[in-house]
Amino acid sequence: MVANWFAGEGDDFRLLGTRCTACACVFFPREDGFCRNPGCAGGELAEVPLSRRGRVWSYTDGRYRPPAPYVSDPELPWEPYTLIAVELEAERMVVLGQSVPGVSVADLEVGMEVEVVQGVLDEDSGTTWTTWHWRPVAVGA
Amino acid sequence: MTAEVAVLGAGMHPWGKWGRGFVEYGVAAARAALVDAGVGWRDVGSIVGADTVRGGYPGYVAGATFAKALGWQGARVASVYAACASGAQAINTARTQILAGMADVVLVVGADAAPKGFFRPAGGDRPDDPDWLRFRVLGATNPAYFGLYARRRMAVHGDTLEDFAQVKVKNAAAGALNANARYRKTVTAEEVAASAVVADPLRLLDICATSDGAAALVLSSMEFARRHGAADPVRIRAVSTVTPTYPTTVLDLPDIATDSAAVVAPADGTFRASIARAAYEEAGIGPEDISLAEVYDLSTALELQWYEDLELCGEGEGAKLLRDGVTAPGGRVPVNTSGGLASFGEAVPAQAIAQVCEVTWQLRGTAGARQIEGARVGVTANQGLFGHGSSVVAVR
Repeated sequence: MVANWFAGEGDDFRLLGTRCTACACVFFPREDGFCRNPGCAGGELAEVPLSRRGRVWSYTDGRYRPPAPYVSDPELPWEPYTLIAVELEAERMVVLGQSVPGVSVADLEVGMEVEVVQGVLDEDSGTTWTTWHWRPVAVGA
Repeated sequence: MTAEVAVLGAGMHPWGKWGRGFVEYGVAAARAALVDAGVGWRDVGSIVGADTVRGGYPGYVAGATFAKALGWQGARVASVYAACASGAQAINTARTQILAGMADVVLVVGADAAPKGFFRPAGGDRPDDPDWLRFRVLGATNPAYFGLYARRRMAVHGDTLEDFAQVKVKNAAAGALNANARYRKTVTAEEVAASAVVADPLRLLDICATSDGAAALVLSSMEFARRHGAADPVRIRAVSTVTPTYPTTVLDLPDIATDSAAVVAPADGTFRASIARAAYEEAGIGPEDISLAEVYDLSTALELQWYEDLELCGEGEGAKLLRDGVTAPGGRVPVNTSGGLASFGEAVPAQAIAQVCEVTWQLRGTAGARQIEGARVGVTANQGLFGHGSSVVAVR
């Protein structure tokens, strides 16, 4: 579905972006077509892993089932998910993601340290779609 | 600073959930605007439609659809799509044609029949569409983003849930006085607090609904207005349709991430602030000149953000401006005298036009029970998905 947005297992799991070889600007989701810095004539875009840890910029949750193309089983009661927007210091960018299951908005604060971990977006009998999740470092430690 | 165009007529179809097609709403609004202007449809040289989707047909239609419904008469036609900024771009297209001498009188129409519940992307597997991606990968609805902004304001500026609720209380009171509004009941802070959480910390009554609705304007050259007997019409002095400046540093609908600011230093101020600044510069006025503002209160918290982006107050002072009554009727700069999206709900192609309708009526002094005393300058502000700025300055 979204090819090469992340890679690795366990402690090596990282989000993957791209970096312009001419101006060094970093892009996530990965930009493979062209550098979007208006001051750059355009260079090759090389894959680059993003910082594993960042700080919570903001957070919220979804108390109602989102519409398609989000995949959820309408037969099951809706379980709210938590969304965390995370500020990565080195990249100076904010990346949105779901939290690991079990983390609610009550567990979060703006500025709290979180790290990226592998998670499951959805699965059926044949396929498991993996994704990234943000996990508070205090919980994971 | 550019030349001005006259607002000869303004009209709406009342907003709600009427269960009919967008063409019907648009034609009703168009006819109301033509009657208000005292201009016959055959005298209109150009029609500009703000686009919507018709029955899932993979094309966005509007201008010619309304022209056909009103009766083909050979007018020049344009249709524009800019998400929530579609209406402002339609107004700007009309203005451009008038200032270029391509048409004396232009009819601008926006109408929609919105689906129930969350807005959602078009169907199919479309991973090249950021709007599709944020739903598929994150389930991030529009209210999720509003929730992120609201929580960020609470953490950084100390805004409270009570502040957010008071925006709804203010706008619902205004909407109760507006026959075109969908919701015409006053709301209390207790009712906001008792409504269901949609996206923490925002509740159902903090977030705008989706609606059917339509709005239309008849714009003309100043010369035509004078010949037409409108010596002192409301005039549009600026339309801002700017794009963001790289790198954007505020997480924005429908993106999953911001640009990186590690290499290129961000511009001074956010995209939203740049929308207003461009309008002020083009109009040759400042925030101190504003009599009233119509802003996109997609959520109660977002209205407070707009106060700061419109420079009605400093950064982080939006809630204080509200608490001091500055943005309430009778205050220095009443905001959303129409009732705002809180009272109307979203009918995407119509809402930026509806904002200008309200400003027009206020500047004319014909807003009835909602009238702001001595209104001379009005500003509207909104932001369209995918980087469309939208702000209109009108004067009397």
